[in-house]
Amino acid sequence: MSYVPSTGDQRKEMLAAVGAADYADLYKDVPAEALLNRPLDLPEGMSELEVGKAMSAMAAKNVLFPTVLRGAGAYDHYIPAVVKSIPNKEEFLTAYTPYQAEMSQGVLQSIFEYQTMICEITGMDVSNASVYDGASAAAEAAAMCRDRKRRVTLISASSHPDTINTVRTYCYGTGDELRVVPVKDGRTDLEALKEMLGADIASFYVQQPNFYGQLEEVEEIAGLVHEAGAMFVMGANPISLGILKSPRECGADVAVGEGQPLGMPIGYGGPYLGFMATTAKNMRKLPGRIVGETVDDKGERCYVLSLQAREQHIRREKASSNICSNEALCALTAGVYLATMGPEGLKEAASQCMAKAHYLAKELTKIEGVDLVFTGEYFHEFVTTLPKQDEVLKALEDAGILGGFPVKEGVLWCATEKVSKCELDRAVSVVKEVLAK
Amino acid sequence: MNIPAELKYSTDHEWVRMDGDVAVIGVSDFAQDALGDLVFINLPEVGDAVTAGDAFGDVESVKAVSDLLSPVTGTVCEINEELLDAPEKINEDPYGAWMIKVENIEATEDLMDAAAYEEHCAAEE
Amino acid sequence: MKLIFEKSVAGRHSDILPKCDVEPVELSARFARTDAPALPEMAEVDVARHYTELNDRVHGVNCGFYPLGSCTMKYNPRIDEDMAALPGFAGVHPLAPDYATEGCREVLETAKKYLCEVSGMDDMTFQPAAGAHGEFTGVLLIKQYHDARGDKKRTKIIVPDSAHGTNPATAAMCGFEVVNIDSAPDGCVDLEALKNALGEDTAGLMLTNPNTVGIFDPNILEITRLVHEAGGLCYYDGANLNAIMGVVRPGDMGFDCVHMNLHKTFATPHGGGGPGAGAVGCKDFLKEFLPRSVVMDGEGRIQVRSFAGNFLVTVRAVTYLLTLGREGIPEASQNAVLNANYLMRAIQGSFDLAFDRTCMHEFVLDLSEYKKETGVSALDVAKSLIDYGMHPPTMYFPLIVHEALMLEPTETESKETLDEAAAIFRKLYELGKTDPEPMHAAPHHAQIGRPDEVGAARHPVLRWQKPEE
Repeated sequence: MSYVPSTGDQRKEMLAAVGAADYADLYKDVPAEALLNRPLDLPEGMSELEVGKAMSAMAAKNVLFPTVLRGAGAYDHYIPAVVKSIPNKEEFLTAYTPYQAEMSQGVLQSIFEYQTMICEITGMDVSNASVYDGASAAAEAAAMCRDRKRRVTLISASSHPDTINTVRTYCYGTGDELRVVPVKDGRTDLEALKEMLGADIASFYVQQPNFYGQLEEVEEIAGLVHEAGAMFVMGANPISLGILKSPRECGADVAVGEGQPLGMPIGYGGPYLGFMATTAKNMRKLPGRIVGETVDDKGERCYVLSLQAREQHIRREKASSNICSNEALCALTAGVYLATMGPEGLKEAASQCMAKAHYLAKELTKIEGVDLVFTGEYFHEFVTTLPKQDEVLKALEDAGILGGFPVKEGVLWCATEKVSKCELDRAVSVVKEVLAK
Repeated sequence: MNIPAELKYSTDHEWVRMDGDVAVIGVSDFAQDALGDLVFINLPEVGDAVTAGDAFGDVESVKAVSDLLSPVTGTVCEINEELLDAPEKINEDPYGAWMIKVENIEATEDLMDAAAYEEHCAAEE
Repeated sequence: MKLIFEKSVAGRHSDILPKCDVEPVELSARFARTDAPALPEMAEVDVARHYTELNDRVHGVNCGFYPLGSCTMKYNPRIDEDMAALPGFAGVHPLAPDYATEGCREVLETAKKYLCEVSGMDDMTFQPAAGAHGEFTGVLLIKQYHDARGDKKRTKIIVPDSAHGTNPATAAMCGFEVVNIDSAPDGCVDLEALKNALGEDTAGLMLTNPNTVGIFDPNILEITRLVHEAGGLCYYDGANLNAIMGVVRPGDMGFDCVHMNLHKTFATPHGGGGPGAGAVGCKDFLKEFLPRSVVMDGEGRIQVRSFAGNFLVTVRAVTYLLTLGREGIPEASQNAVLNANYLMRAIQGSFDLAFDRTCMHEFVLDLSEYKKETGVSALDVAKSLIDYGMHPPTMYFPLIVHEALMLEPTETESKETLDEAAAIFRKLYELGKTDPEPMHAAPHHAQIGRPDEVGAARHPVLRWQKPEE
C-alpha cells in the first residue's frame, strides 16, 4: 500500500524530467557501503481494510474496565461528545504550528482562548500554549526558576513519582541538584521543608491534591518558600480548580499541571497536556510557544506567535528550553472542554468527583481491615489499607472494575464524576465479598 | 547617521561616555538601525561584574537576539530600568537610551573616537 | 471574529452531567475557591459553531499544498485516526494490570520492530512526546554513557551551523558546551572544521542527514568514524528521515542513537503544533540508559515525561507502518525525493537554487540576488503564495542561506500539484520583476493582512481581559 498519488507513468516522466534513470540515481550521494541494498525485513504492506482488522485485533487484546476507580495521574472523566468531535475536524487536525499568521488565525485564536482559560482557572497572569504533559511542565518550571545564584530544586515526596523522576532527569541534564522533601502522614513535612529551604534553593514543587489525593497546606508552604526567597511552583489538577483555591490565591509563582482530565482520554498515557502559567513578572521566563494579540496592517485585531526571541529557533544554545512544538490539539481539546462545561459545569464535575470519592471511602472503610491510611482532607483520591490486596483487585477486575492502584502505603483509590453510586456500591460489595471469605 | 563627537565607540557598536569614574554604556545609531525594531532588552543586575568583550545582556527584535558586549571591565552600578518597559526608546534615541553604568573600572577596550568609528561603520556597510 | 468570551451569555450552559447521586461534601474554607473562573457560558450549539468558525480559519494539509520545509507535511491517512479512537486503545488506563494492556504493548513492540529496522537501531523508547523531546532523550543517552564510564572530561557537543535551533538548545539542556562548526560551501560538514573541533572533550556530534539544505552528506561515514575515533558518540536527528527510509539507515551510517518524528515521517497529524511523538532508538550498548516510567516500570532510569509517552500517536504511526510495509516504506521516501527534485527543476530558471545538485526530500531557494535586483524578499514571496492558497515554504532557514525559502513537497503530492506550484512560483518571479509593489503588502486575500509583530512583542497581550464595566 502506498499514499503516493502519482501514477507509474507520471513517475517515469518525472524521473526523466530530472535526468534520473531510476530512483537509485537520486541517491548518488549516499556512499555505496552505507546503502541498505536489501528489502526491509518487514512484512508486506496491507490494504486499509486489512490494517483496520489487524489494529482492531490488537485493541481487542486489551481488557477494558467499564468502571475505573484508578487514577494516579491518569483520570477517567466523562468526555462530552462535542469535545471529541471538534478536535477531529480535518483542518485543526492536519495543520502545522501556526507560523504563518495570515492563514492560521483559527489555531492562534484557539490557543489565545486556551491561554485565557488557563489563566482563569489558575488565577495566574500568563499561560503558554502548553507543553508535553504535567511531569515535563513541572521540570520546565523548575528550570525557569533557577538563576545564577539559586540552583537547587526542591520537590515534595508527595508528588507523582513520574513527576519527581522527570524533574530529576531534567536536573541531571543541566547538572543541577534536586532534593526531595519528605512526607509525613501523606503530606509534605513542613518542618523538614523549613529546614531544607535556604539561599541556594531556586524553587519548591508540590502538587495539589498530591499523589495520595491529600490536600496540602499550600498557603503555609507558599509563605515558607517565599520567606526563603525561593519560588513556589504548584502543580494543580485542573478539574479540582472548579472548587479548590486557585494556585494564585495560594501564593504560587508558577502553576503547572496535567491537563489530561480536561477532555482527553486516558489512552494508555498520552497524548496528554502540560499546562503552565505564571505571574506577569515572570512572563519572559516562560518556555514554549505563546500567542499574543496584535493588529494587522488594516488595524484589525488578530493573533500571532509572540515573544519568540525566548525560543530555541532564535536563541539556540542560550534558550532556556529546547521545546518546539506544544500539544496544540490537546490545548484545543481542553479549551472546548472548559467552554462546554463552563464555570458551573467545572464546579459540578469537581464537586461530584469529591463527593463520589468520599462516598466510596466511607463505604469501603466500613469493611473490616479497610482503613484510611492518611488523616488529612482529600479531593478525589485516597489511600486505604486493603487485606488480600491482589485477590480483591482481581475480583474487582473480573467484575469489570479497575480497582485502586497499589502503592507502598496501601491502595490508592480514585472516583470521578463518571462513576455512579450504583457502580460504587457494586465495587464495595465485591470487596466485601472477597474479604468475608 | 548620527555619531556624536563627544562619545567613544567600540568595534561592536557600543558607545561609552565617562561620567567621572563611571562609564555610561549604550548602543550606537548604526547598531540600532542594524538590529531593527527592538522589542525587549535583558540587562544585568546592579552589583554584577562585567568584563570587556563579554556579553552584559542582550536585545531582542522579533526574529533575532543579539548580545550586548561590554567595552569595559567593572561593576554595574545602575541600569536603565525604563528600557525594560520601553525598548523602543533604543531605536528612537540610541544615545539617550543608556543601558548600564559601570564603576570600579579595571580595564577598557581600545575605543574609537567619532571619526574613527564613522570609518569603521562605513567599512562594515 | 469574536473571541469565545465575547459570545458568552451569563447563565447559559450545556447539560452534561447528571445530578449528583451521593451526598455532597464540603471543603474546609481554607481550601475552598470563592471566585468562579470567568470561563465562557455557552450552549453546546454556541461551542460547536464557535470552533467551526475557527476551524474555517485554519489551513491544514487537507486544504492544499503545504511545502513547509523540514516539517514533512504529508497527507495524514484517516484510517490512522479511526484506529487511535478505538476504545480498545483510547480507554486503556496506563496503570492497568499487564494482562489488560497486552494490545498496547503489542502496538509498542510492533512500532519498535518496524522503526528499529528502518533506522538500523537495536532498541527504542516511545516516551518522548516530540522531536525536541526526543533529542533531549537521545543526548541524555550520550551523557549517561560517558558518566557510566567515569569519563568526566567529555563536556562538548558538536553541532553544525546549519542545524535546527533545537540541536544546540538540547545540548545546552543536557549540560554540554555547544561547539558550532561552520558548514563547507556545499552545505555539508566541513571535515577540517570537524577535525579541529574533535578532541578528548568531545561527548558527541548531533547531525541530521540529509542535512537542512536537503543534501545527503557524502562524507557521512568519514564523519561518524572521526567522531568515534575521538571517543564521542553520534546522534542522528531524524528530522529528515523521510528522504531515506529503506534506502540507507542511520545505524549503517555510523550513528549510535536517533530520534524519529512520528508526526512527520510516519504521517501522524501535526494538530496545529502537536501532539507529536519523538521515538528514540539506540544501539545495544546504550539501551540500559533508555528512559522509563517509575509507576509503570520501576525506579532506576531516567524519564522525560509520565507513563509511556504519546501512545495514541504511536497507534497512528503503527497503522501507517503496517499499511506501507516492506515495499511501501522505501516507496514513500523515493517519491519524496523524486517530488522534491521534480519541483526544484520545475522552479529552476526563475528563483536561484541555493545548491544546484540533486537534492533529497527538500531543497532551498536563495533569493538574495533576486532581492537586490527587485527589492522583493523571501518574506514577500512567501506571503504572496498565501493569496494562491498555498502554504508558504519555511522562511529564513537554514541560517547559512540568506533570503532562504525551503521547500519540502513530500511524496503525497501529485505531479499536477507540483506543476501548479511551480507555475505559481514562476509567475511570482516575473511579478516581482515587473510589479513588485503589491508583493510587499501581500497577502491581499487572506484571513488578515500582515500582523504587527513588533507591537505584539513590545506590549504583550497574552490573554483576553474582561472589559471594565
